[in-house]
Amino acid sequence: MNMRKALGLALLYGAALFTFGSGSVVADVQSLRGMQDIDSVSNPAVIQHWQEDKEPIQRDYVQQPPLVPHAIEGYKVNLKFNKCLTCHSWANYKKAKATKISQTHFEDREGEVLANVSARRYFCTQCHVPQVDASPLVENEFQPVQAITGQ
Amino acid sequence: MMNFIKKIWAALKQPSAKYSLGALLVVGFVAGIIFWGGFNTAMEVSNTETFCISCHEMEENVYIEYKDTIHYSNRTGVRATCPDCHVPKDWVHKVARKIKASNELYHKAMGSVDTPEKFEAKRLKLARNVWRVMKETDSRECRNCHDYDSMDYVKQGRRAVQQHIKGFDGGETCIDCHKGIAHSLPAMYEVDPTAAMSAMADVEGK
Repeated sequence: MNMRKALGLALLYGAALFTFGSGSVVADVQSLRGMQDIDSVSNPAVIQHWQEDKEPIQRDYVQQPPLVPHAIEGYKVNLKFNKCLTCHSWANYKKAKATKISQTHFEDREGEVLANVSARRYFCTQCHVPQVDASPLVENEFQPVQAITGQ
Repeated sequence: MMNFIKKIWAALKQPSAKYSLGALLVVGFVAGIIFWGGFNTAMEVSNTETFCISCHEMEENVYIEYKDTIHYSNRTGVRATCPDCHVPKDWVHKVARKIKASNELYHKAMGSVDTPEKFEAKRLKLARNVWRVMKETDSRECRNCHDYDSMDYVKQGRRAVQQHIKGFDGGETCIDCHKGIAHSLPAMYEVDPTAAMSAMADVEGK
């Protein structure tokens, strides 16, 4: 009896050592670090820089909120002040040579047209984003509709 | 009172009996150096960011806003702190500004902006004061560091090239466009929020 117990325990101990003692790969659990050992140094992500000011970027979808073709670091949009509108408002866009904010941004939820930008469209970066020079994660051959590209 | 003044004046007029001319000159010279140095040191101590933010009105409002901006932290680490933008560098204008700063001491004593609500209520007026002064001096303090003639347009972004050339040719000065570069713009409820860049915002007196 003792012998069997001891053998069983030894087997268990050996199995545990084998599974956990090797110290590296645990096949079915992966952390955010990927398949990397806990004791190896991970490569930090490369810091991407915002794209420089450029011409407007062609849309991919007709209803797409256009991308922001310039960096917007430090631009604040809060209750008191909207930095984007200092160039893109109807009052300022000509002087700033910028795209004016679309008329659709003046409509409230019921479709009534307001005298100034609607509160639901006031926070620009909820839809409009600047770009970074990052390559697509998945290669693809997506083409916008002919109405956009003209081809 | 008159008697006292007369006595002092009589004492000053009398030639020195005990001390030599040289000794008096040297003592006067050293005292002058100490006084002048002390005066300038005091002026320079009050010309530092640490001194400015020793008032909580500044530290809790404009300093916090400034910390988010490019003048606080940027790629090269070249910074502008409070005096670089708000106090002229040349002696005459600096001393004039220091004398005007007694107004700020008065308002500190009166507690005119010692709560966030009071500060926000006065922010537009304070901002317009600064804008007006900068406009009158052709953004002298900006030009302490930024020299228009040395701007390399090859390195600037598309919008910057466009706006700088148009602006300077149009006779504008830095502050005409670069409002809100260091501190939050005031809430202009009664004016279109986009008026920050328009000429309306800093019309005199309003």
